Amino acid sequence: MTAADPVAIRATGVVKTFGGLKAVDVDRIVIPKGRITALIGPNGAGKTTFFNLLSGFDKVDTGTIELNGEDITGMPPHRLAAKGMVRTFQLTKVLSKMSTLENLKLGALGQRGENFFMALFRGLWSDQEAEIERRADALLERFNLVHMRDEFAGTMSGGQRKLLELARAMMTDPQVIMLDEPMAGVNPALAQSLLEPIKSLRDDGRTVVFVEHNMDVVREIADRVIVMSEGRVIAEGTPEEIRTNQAVVDAYLGTHRGTESDGGGTR
Amino acid sequence: MDWGFILERSLSAMIGPEVVVYALAAVGLNVHFGYTGLMNFGQVGFMAAGAYGMGITVFWFGWSFWVGLLFTFIYGAVLALILGLPTLRLRADYLSLVTIAASETIRIVARSRVMKPVTGGAEGIDAFAKPFYDLSPFELGDFYSVGPFKFLGRDVWMLVVGWTVLIAVTLLVSQLMKSPWGRALRAIREDEDAARALGKNVYSYKMQSLMLGGIIGALAGLLQVIQKASVQADTFNPVITFTIWAILIIGGPGRVWSPIVGSMIYWTIIVFVENTLRQLPDGARSNLESWINLSDFNIGMLRFILVGLGLLLLARFRPQGIFGSREEMALDRR
Repeated sequence: MTAADPVAIRATGVVKTFGGLKAVDVDRIVIPKGRITALIGPNGAGKTTFFNLLSGFDKVDTGTIELNGEDITGMPPHRLAAKGMVRTFQLTKVLSKMSTLENLKLGALGQRGENFFMALFRGLWSDQEAEIERRADALLERFNLVHMRDEFAGTMSGGQRKLLELARAMMTDPQVIMLDEPMAGVNPALAQSLLEPIKSLRDDGRTVVFVEHNMDVVREIADRVIVMSEGRVIAEGTPEEIRTNQAVVDAYLGTHRGTESDGGGTR
Repeated sequence: MDWGFILERSLSAMIGPEVVVYALAAVGLNVHFGYTGLMNFGQVGFMAAGAYGMGITVFWFGWSFWVGLLFTFIYGAVLALILGLPTLRLRADYLSLVTIAASETIRIVARSRVMKPVTGGAEGIDAFAKPFYDLSPFELGDFYSVGPFKFLGRDVWMLVVGWTVLIAVTLLVSQLMKSPWGRALRAIREDEDAARALGKNVYSYKMQSLMLGGIIGALAGLLQVIQKASVQADTFNPVITFTIWAILIIGGPGRVWSPIVGSMIYWTIIVFVENTLRQLPDGARSNLESWINLSDFNIGMLRFILVGLGLLLLARFRPQGIFGSREEMALDRR
């Protein structure tokens, strides 16, 4: 990354502790606009916690987070979504007893019919609803989910669920899309079919941040990699640079094993 | 045994005042639990709020019945605010604790001697419902019968108004749940965090749901006290909350017509069992008296035991309720 690259997210001095454990202690992270940035690290490195802090699902102890230069520290997730930042979850959160189409339609922002009093009068929101349905259908097409359109989302396979979350997040028309382990729990044979949709997000000009374990995936789609270990950033660079970085190799091969055991899995 | 009489009573019970009151309260609970996933174990508290919204206004302030009607809505909404503000940000179980405690608190405070000037204490409040019955086109003291149904004029009037309100509220809820607003509620029921990540202000939606269902519950409480023509603290006991839950579960949560059909089934069974037991031939009756100690008093208890047994069978053979779908239930297990 060069200094000229515009910045999507900037985190400065972010600290988060759970009891006595410092889960995240990041001096400075910058995520460039319009690129795919991977956040990697061994289990318990604080990736998911950091992710939760960025997406407003958890609050920082100290430090600031900026989105497009605006301070968003401590802002709740629903307001972040309105500002163009949306996330998905490691364990997919599909709305099981709603149809795939309904799942997508929920994602649209600024729906007039979501106001209680407007909801009472169909005429006030039916046009917008039709427009939302058109957008949802287009996304179903793009993410190969057309055949699931009217099925309960709860009947989907793991891979389909990941695609649904992606499509649903896209309904908010985000500038920044954050994916928490988009490949986790997906049959490796299908993982490849998830890569193209993620790459296509960048081609739309969106910023993508994702947490991932699988180095092959990272090499394949990431423009930039941030490596965390024990809550800190230990390396940053292109996938190629990271591959040969000694600190990263040490972290993965377990030089720090003795101090890492309390971390458990990714939260 | 007089089967004609038993049938007449049971059929009348199918559309009677209890059905209306409990169905309406269950519509409120359906908004809470069926659509939003809020565990409200104090729906009777909202009924009491509605009843005292009317009672206190007329009895203490000395204002008219129509002002009382307005306060029924206000009390219901305010109670929802008070209960929701501290709990809706927390895990679901906190709301259930607070609602069950609040509903009992309301009852105990309302019946206390200190509150007697305001709530009428344990004796309660009467003589407030006259303006309602003055509007009745039916002779209050006469019996009216249509087909198998037979009701006193004052009940006919209450039923006409009650069913109108019940159907109107049910249709309103149905419309709301088909709107994007309702979609957001159902999303919250399925997964709060997903809704939050997609830009929905979950706290605000849960509060709106609690208020809407609470106001509907308050209306049910109002109908109940209008029918009884008195506001009695002790009629608002926790058993009512669980009856409302039973009704909703019989019908199937999250379905538009569940509260009404659930309530009809529940009350028909209760009245049928009670009348059948009371009309048993002498031989059978004395056998039961010596065998399970069945006295007139115990018949009241036995019908609840039988309903409980019915609920057990329902849970075993049709856990989704009358209107629920088995496929949907199966999704929970995935």
